[in-house]
Amino acid sequence: MSTLIDVQNLTLQFRTDEGLVTAVDNVSFSLDKGEVMGLVGESGSGKSVTAKSLMHLNASNAVYSPESKITLYTDTGPVDVLSLRRPSELKIVRGGAVSMIFQEPMASFAPALTIGKQMVEQLQLHSDVSKTQARNLSIEMLDRVGISDAGKRIDQYAFELSGGMRQRAMIAMALSTKPKLLIADEPTTALDVTIQAQVIDLMKDLVDEFHMGIIFITHDLGVVAQTADRVNVMYLGRLIEEGPVRDVIRQPKHPYTQGLIAALPKLEDLDAPLTPVPGDIPSPLERPSGCVFHTRCSQIVGDMCSAKAPTERELDEEHKVACHLYSDLHTEAVQ
Amino acid sequence: MTDVLIRAEGLSVGFQIGGGLFRKDILKAVNNVSVTIEKGSFFGLVGESGSGKTTLGRALLKAVPITEGHARYNDGEVDVDIASLEGPALKDYRKRAQLIFQDPYAALSPRMTVRDIIAEPLEVMRLTKTREETDARVREIAAKCRLNLEHLRRFPHAFSGGQRQRISIARALVSGPQFIVADESVAALDVSIQADVLNLLKQIQADMGLTFMFISHDLSVVAHTCDHVAVMYLGRLVETAPTRKLFAGPRHPYTKALFSAIPSLDPDDRGKAQKLTGEIPSPTNQPPGCKFHTRCPNAIDRCKSEEPQLEGDGSGHEVACHRWKELLELTPA
Repeated sequence: MSTLIDVQNLTLQFRTDEGLVTAVDNVSFSLDKGEVMGLVGESGSGKSVTAKSLMHLNASNAVYSPESKITLYTDTGPVDVLSLRRPSELKIVRGGAVSMIFQEPMASFAPALTIGKQMVEQLQLHSDVSKTQARNLSIEMLDRVGISDAGKRIDQYAFELSGGMRQRAMIAMALSTKPKLLIADEPTTALDVTIQAQVIDLMKDLVDEFHMGIIFITHDLGVVAQTADRVNVMYLGRLIEEGPVRDVIRQPKHPYTQGLIAALPKLEDLDAPLTPVPGDIPSPLERPSGCVFHTRCSQIVGDMCSAKAPTERELDEEHKVACHLYSDLHTEAVQ
Repeated sequence: MTDVLIRAEGLSVGFQIGGGLFRKDILKAVNNVSVTIEKGSFFGLVGESGSGKTTLGRALLKAVPITEGHARYNDGEVDVDIASLEGPALKDYRKRAQLIFQDPYAALSPRMTVRDIIAEPLEVMRLTKTREETDARVREIAAKCRLNLEHLRRFPHAFSGGQRQRISIARALVSGPQFIVADESVAALDVSIQADVLNLLKQIQADMGLTFMFISHDLSVVAHTCDHVAVMYLGRLVETAPTRKLFAGPRHPYTKALFSAIPSLDPDDRGKAQKLTGEIPSPTNQPPGCKFHTRCPNAIDRCKSEEPQLEGDGSGHEVACHRWKELLELTPA
């Protein structure tokens, strides 16, 4: 397998009236071609901001640290994403080699243009095709994602489609430029569970067919279990656990991941009490010292957790966790 | 036998969506639904968007007019017909029946302090006479919802989703209601917080002896909180049963499909889910016969022409499907 995108030491702050707010704190990961990565975390954990930096799409008040480096490996060689400035250069990560599906399909389509017009416009921007070719390709893609009567639907407006259909059209649009990397930001959250199952199935088929890498952002661990090969868990801008989906879901190591899984209502055992993760996620303006999770953690190791941020540690080749429970410092303290 | 708080029979809610002088196009959002909600129970209402679950909840609060059928509310003190409530009796009913909204970000006025938000129902309904009395009541309810005095002075923007939802719950409780409709009250919350709010609702229900109608699209949440579950599809009730019975053996093909569509936490379950094809039909253009036949894997010719009625088995488990007995034999429990 070859690497598709490599993120090193990504740190991202936003300049605001209240000072610099850290949204992403020293995050590193990489994704192979044809791999599906689940990016999990609650609201405010920085998962969407991380994904947007892969397209250099964050607001103009975003400040990347000098150490941050994102490399995208395209057919024509590696691209240093964060050094792109001109719109003509940015095209490659914004719809060219990288596409994104947003959470709210109603808000992502322009309401006053037909679906077809928007699909054709972006196809012509990214590839050298005529209007007729672009239209035919769009119809083909709509058909591929299971929209019946695609030739008619293409001339409709977003409001004329149902929620599930809109999300399918969004997927068709994102895939029509044949991206190498697809970022799906909560693509099924706004959908009903029966429609969600259909969309998940569709996305899995498409990975096999187009062999692209997918970053699947979600807060639903069930969705991750059904789609991802690997999982990255984020909390307050930090990557706290990463590993193969089976390891992370069956043997979560970080207390936060354990808490997330315990908080899920389980259908197999209706008598099991629901155990919330105590407290609320702190405001990014008041980031806790040391380990960012220590204010809500039930397994604190002495003063270490509030004093020193844990570094990521490899439990085995692929499963990594950033928690003092597994660090040398802790082992020494116990001895 | 426990007391019944709400008994609805043949309830329909229709909205006029077009037509003209001589023709009226009616959209029946809720169609001939009968439910019985026992006092002190946690009644779950499940369905996809467009199934009419929110409209049914609002009809029982008389927030939308009931166009056909009856709904009786009897809490021991008053015994009223919800459909014909008006004037002082309706005002009195507003104290007894309250609503918790879905989105805690949209439901709270950004210009009011938390204290004023919670106190507003008391002032509007003139339940308290003096400011001291109001404050005392607000503090009492806030404490029940785990909000402290410091919180009461602040504005909603200073709170997280879970805290906001606790404020919404406090506002709903402050008038001392007997019946609360919680419409997707945890849908907008993160999983880690969702469990906290569910536990709070359960605790309040147990402490204060309230009756809840819990509307949700999330079956696993409903399974953990409700005593009795009703499943809706396109304005009809398709199955209703005590929670454990329903989850142990769903009988309607739609309920089965809903269960199967929940993403399993086991990565090795991939592709096992039984998928429903298509989407819920538009309520303005409903299919004849059983409303579910267009997506049902078990549909036969009879389903296309004849609408099934709810049929019970004597244990409180009722299902509206022509073939449920047959299907029960086909799939051994």
